[in-house]
Amino acid sequence: METKLDSQSTVLLPPDPPGPMKWIRDNLFGSVSNTILTIISLTLFYFMITSAASWVLFSADWRPVTESPLLYAIGQYPRDQMWRVGLALSLAVLMFGVSWGKWNGMLRSISIGLMVVFGAAALLPVSHPQFDLSMRLYLGGNVLIVFAGFFIGRIKGLKTLVITMAWLMVPILAVILFSGFEGLDWLERVATTSWGGLMVTFLLAVGGILLSFPLGVLLALGRRSKLPVVKGFSVIWIETIRGVPLITILFMFSIILALFLPQESRLDRLLRALMAVVVFSSAYTAENVRGGLQSVPEGQIEAAKALGMNSFRTMGLIVLPQAIRAVIPAIVGQFISLFKDTTLVVIIGINDFLGIGKSIINSQPAFVQLQTEVYIFIAAVYWIFSYLMSIASRRVEETLGVGDR
Amino acid sequence: MENSKQSPHSIPFYRDERIINIFTQVVSSLLVIGLVIWLAINFKEAADARGLALSYDFLSNPAGFPISDPAIEYSPDMSFTRAFTVGLLNTLRVAGIGIVTATILGTLVALARLSSNWLLSRLALVYIEFHRNIPLLVLLFLWYFAIFQKLPVVGEAIRLPGPVFLTRRGIYMAWPRLTESGGIFRILFLVGLVLAVFAFYFLRRRRELTGKSTYYFLVSILVFVAFTAAGWFLSGGRPFVLDVPELSGFNFQGGKRLTPEFAGLFIGLSMYTAGFIAEVVRAGIQAVDRGQIEAARAVGLSQFQVLTLVVMPQALRIIVPPMISQYLNLTKNSSLALAIGYQDLFSVGKIAINQAGRAVPVFFLVMVVYLTLSLLTSFILNFYNNRIQFKAR
Repeated sequence: METKLDSQSTVLLPPDPPGPMKWIRDNLFGSVSNTILTIISLTLFYFMITSAASWVLFSADWRPVTESPLLYAIGQYPRDQMWRVGLALSLAVLMFGVSWGKWNGMLRSISIGLMVVFGAAALLPVSHPQFDLSMRLYLGGNVLIVFAGFFIGRIKGLKTLVITMAWLMVPILAVILFSGFEGLDWLERVATTSWGGLMVTFLLAVGGILLSFPLGVLLALGRRSKLPVVKGFSVIWIETIRGVPLITILFMFSIILALFLPQESRLDRLLRALMAVVVFSSAYTAENVRGGLQSVPEGQIEAAKALGMNSFRTMGLIVLPQAIRAVIPAIVGQFISLFKDTTLVVIIGINDFLGIGKSIINSQPAFVQLQTEVYIFIAAVYWIFSYLMSIASRRVEETLGVGDR
Repeated sequence: MENSKQSPHSIPFYRDERIINIFTQVVSSLLVIGLVIWLAINFKEAADARGLALSYDFLSNPAGFPISDPAIEYSPDMSFTRAFTVGLLNTLRVAGIGIVTATILGTLVALARLSSNWLLSRLALVYIEFHRNIPLLVLLFLWYFAIFQKLPVVGEAIRLPGPVFLTRRGIYMAWPRLTESGGIFRILFLVGLVLAVFAFYFLRRRRELTGKSTYYFLVSILVFVAFTAAGWFLSGGRPFVLDVPELSGFNFQGGKRLTPEFAGLFIGLSMYTAGFIAEVVRAGIQAVDRGQIEAARAVGLSQFQVLTLVVMPQALRIIVPPMISQYLNLTKNSSLALAIGYQDLFSVGKIAINQAGRAVPVFFLVMVVYLTLSLLTSFILNFYNNRIQFKAR
């Protein structure tokens, strides 16, 4: 907002006393054209807000959204096994609390936000069959879990490495909890065909970014390598994947891959979608990491050599740690777009958050007329998540000070 | 990474970087080649078991499936080659129009965002934040299912000035149609356009080289107007007629029809990408040093001149590279056409996979076309980018 192209008055007069009237005059009615723009914008705003509000409150029929919120959250996951999803979510919530206790800063806002959301959800003044006492107790319990995490995080001598490892364990534990084991009574197997909703969306996005990271780092190193064969393979991989749409990669894994694997092998459908997301994401991670590698000054490498480090040590102890630190904001940005891109798995028939919306629409003839409501709700949820994440990523950027370099 | 030059005989072979390098290359090649061979063997088995083929012979067979809204003439008894061409042209059509629209809309939103009018700037911010934070597929569903599918039936079409009729069957609008004598007008119009552009660049270059006034802007406009007017008179003053759609029976006749699928994809794609382009343009303009603008004003340039001669040329250098990737994104994202039933290259390919049972060759073809498209676009735009960057650094 610093650079503005229109001319300012050059006549030297004592400045007006600051105040709301001056602000309005400067920013809204500075000149004739400005006034016209203000009036046009005001009318636009007025129509947007009034028509949206009257539609949302009066004409819209939110039955397809409110009838079964659980479907949107976890899909067809067996309702008697819901505790597993709840436990996985609480583990993540606990880790947010722990990180708050350890690092404070932005994680404090996130944790407090989580507590507010869970607290409000627990006390939501509606009567709904899916919103029974145990659900409310669970939601309210998460507030306490954040607190518990906070006090764990405050323990002196808790290493950063331990917390990072614990964070990495959360998605692994979550997948184990979700899928369970064949023949285990208290953790029976739940087929991925019944997984759905936000659970799958987050699984694909988080799994995609985490699993693509090591692959992306290898590819980035390969692309920077002086060895022609290694470099060639990396470049071909990265550029091919960046050159084709995600949907072609999804189809490749969902249809074509089966032809290239041994006949008897049958990969799970969700796993194939995850593989496609990982492969897709790896090319973009590689380009981000390459940017980070380039930002490490040559002198660092020379100094490491001078100390007698070999290539592997120079890379692993000197270059990569600095490079990865520099690319964290870019990776967060990539996570946000991956979170949005995972919606494409709908096209290969996976019930992610959007897919559940589609199947709810098709579940009842009456709902077909209510598509607008469902898609608006879905858009709103995606919007809230990615908007909050983009605010968080800006904060990360500020904390790491990457912007000032 | 560099080979160590000292003491060649004192290090054991497993720490000699030259040997490690060769070893790494051999191992990685063997791994990749091994993987490819393994996949090929598996495919051979699958192909033998299911009777799949790897040849492209089927391309000349009749495709046998209809394509709605083809860019060129097409019928199901035409060949697969023709079907893929139609698909590719449908992709190019929506991507081309989408890129132009998104650029114009994005630039306008960026200018609104930078406006000193607080309210207008907020309005632009709402637009940008809305489009940047929802998935494109959800936006397309909103446009297609929640808006274009909810339009009234043909009999109760919404009439907009133009006239443009909005119906569930599509958007009908008035469209100029060449008359029989209009051919000469079209030719002269195009010739005038080419000559005007040519004159513009030639005369501007002469002005830059010699410093003499060549009135390049005025001359090129005059050339264009003269040729257009000549065409107008040669075609007897009626080069084209406005073809207005009219309701006859259960449908509109005449005019131009945009199918709801095309309209949904085109509008969703352009508006989505415009949100990203707006941020690119805004960042580019804001990156121009404020001192440059003040200096330009100090030497007496007008507001318009400051923008066109000082701000834009410098901002473009920053804008073009991220803009290229937005254009590429838009082209790739047009493959989401499949989800709302517009038949682009990818959806034609998908039908062909099911129909012909030749999944692998069809799929490979589609991938290669997209890849070529991406590489070609980035090649052309990078060429342009290199031209406008600072030289001799």
